[in-house]
Amino acid sequence: MAAPLTDNEALFQFLLRMGDNTLILGHRVSEWCGHSPVLEEDIALANTALDLIGQTQMWLGLAGEVQGEEKSADDLAFLRDVWDFRNVLLVEVPNEDFGRTLMRQFLFDAWHSIQLGHLMKSSDERVAAIAAKTSKEVAYHLERSADTVVGLGDGTEESHGYMQAALDYLWPYVGEMFVSDEVDAAMAKAGIAPDPASLRADYDALIGRVLAEATLNIPDSGFAHKGGRNGKMHTEHLGHLLTQMQWLQRAYPGASW
Amino acid sequence: MYAQMVQSEASTDDPEKLAAFQARIDAGEKIEPKDWMPAGYRKTLIRQIGQHAHSEIVGQLPEGNWITRAPTLERKAILLAKVQDEAGHGLYLYCAAETLGVSRDELTEMLLDGRMKYSSIFNYPTLNWADMGAVGWLVDGAAIMNQVPLQRTSFGPYSRAMIRVCKEESFHARQGFDAIRKMATGTPAQKKMAQDAVNRLWFPALMMFGPSDADSVHSTQSMAWKIKMNTNDELRQKFVDQTVPQIEFLGLDLPDEGITWNEERGHYDYSDPDWSEFFDVIKGNGPCNTDRLAARNKAWKDGEWVRDGLLAHARKKAARKHAAE
Repeated sequence: MAAPLTDNEALFQFLLRMGDNTLILGHRVSEWCGHSPVLEEDIALANTALDLIGQTQMWLGLAGEVQGEEKSADDLAFLRDVWDFRNVLLVEVPNEDFGRTLMRQFLFDAWHSIQLGHLMKSSDERVAAIAAKTSKEVAYHLERSADTVVGLGDGTEESHGYMQAALDYLWPYVGEMFVSDEVDAAMAKAGIAPDPASLRADYDALIGRVLAEATLNIPDSGFAHKGGRNGKMHTEHLGHLLTQMQWLQRAYPGASW
Repeated sequence: MYAQMVQSEASTDDPEKLAAFQARIDAGEKIEPKDWMPAGYRKTLIRQIGQHAHSEIVGQLPEGNWITRAPTLERKAILLAKVQDEAGHGLYLYCAAETLGVSRDELTEMLLDGRMKYSSIFNYPTLNWADMGAVGWLVDGAAIMNQVPLQRTSFGPYSRAMIRVCKEESFHARQGFDAIRKMATGTPAQKKMAQDAVNRLWFPALMMFGPSDADSVHSTQSMAWKIKMNTNDELRQKFVDQTVPQIEFLGLDLPDEGITWNEERGHYDYSDPDWSEFFDVIKGNGPCNTDRLAARNKAWKDGEWVRDGLLAHARKKAARKHAAE
């Protein structure tokens, strides 16, 4: 048996979960640069990625402070290996096509916006301040991804097919956002963050409305892949992503950029 | 300058109308989309603004090449913001071109099938991280030389687009200089990257101004119409004069042994770029032409279902609204 988590360790893990989600999703979205279906989408995707990277600086910056080992947000982003990442698996799956990218964004944004709504009332003022700042950006992300999911789901037969395939593929990655563990229990007890399981009803109602308008069917399965939030088993994709993201820092250690 | 060797159209319009039009330009008036204009003026502007817009779009690719490898979160954010700005410039410019009666889709098709060009510079690869600094500093820096005077160009929508673009480009050039300064004053490996970037991008940056146009008939017409404000050689000299002291400030070696201060002229002398290489790039034989166009074609083709889907949804929504009223 591992020793029980201290409050500080739990807070550190929670902050990594927030920051790693935005870091890895921001990276994935940034892969679209210059390759999107239409100019307005190039701008919107770059803007979303930019917001997510900015949010990462705040979450991982605070994580470094809480950890107390004098690590910067950059140290945490660029110098950890796969097993130390705490993002949900949903954000590390590859972009595949525009449909899957936007469906992934919507499924994440819906959770993210609900989560931040609770975090704005966090007992930890630093967490509440980051949530207040980032929730405005995330409200816009959700509005855009929901509109696009509706537009493409209720577009042509072909676009509907792409979006249903995206939802079918991503659905097993949704459940992990609502699994509670000892880190979450400690956060809930301290009033820092909500218990993830408690967000599910609001989430289901939100995505239910949007996906119905998009004429898409939510798969009839409660199965959930897990292992990202606790780092026990990421997908094979994360290692490749880090290989690219961390290359310069790893190849030229100690340099200032 | 993201527009190079734009061929100017001769005018065959009524001489009286032409004279009145020229008088307006000479008086410093702006020409607006609904005003009468010579067919040649319209065609030349469509070519020039279209080429400029395409350059912004294709220009996302060499920088996008490094976004996923940016070495810090801040550098990644700066680069993302810059590339987002470039896409925004493309958008203003396509809108300016649309006021002349050509659609964005038509211009895009012409880019994709090779009928229209984009700046030669974007057919060069970005090979190390210092290139992200060098592109901002040298490439955006060279573009600014041409775009600042274009803020006073005679066509209203183009002039107004340039005013917005220039503010952002100046910021990019400063950010680029900051990024390469960090490299030039960093570890030996970083300094090597900075020197490599400057050596590789110097002549392609000089080529951005286009070949000497001292004897060009097309330039004369475009200059009379205030579509082109300075000669290529004037702008190139200005760029060299501004940039050489900056390279020295960075402590890097000059990328051309021919650079010397000419007391008599009050300017730096420099070696001419290899114009045969420039014409090869323009013809499609630059290091990245094929890949750049293939990437844009793939994005356009892969995105067709998205554009069609969103359009179909917008029509359905409008029809439902109409039925409800």
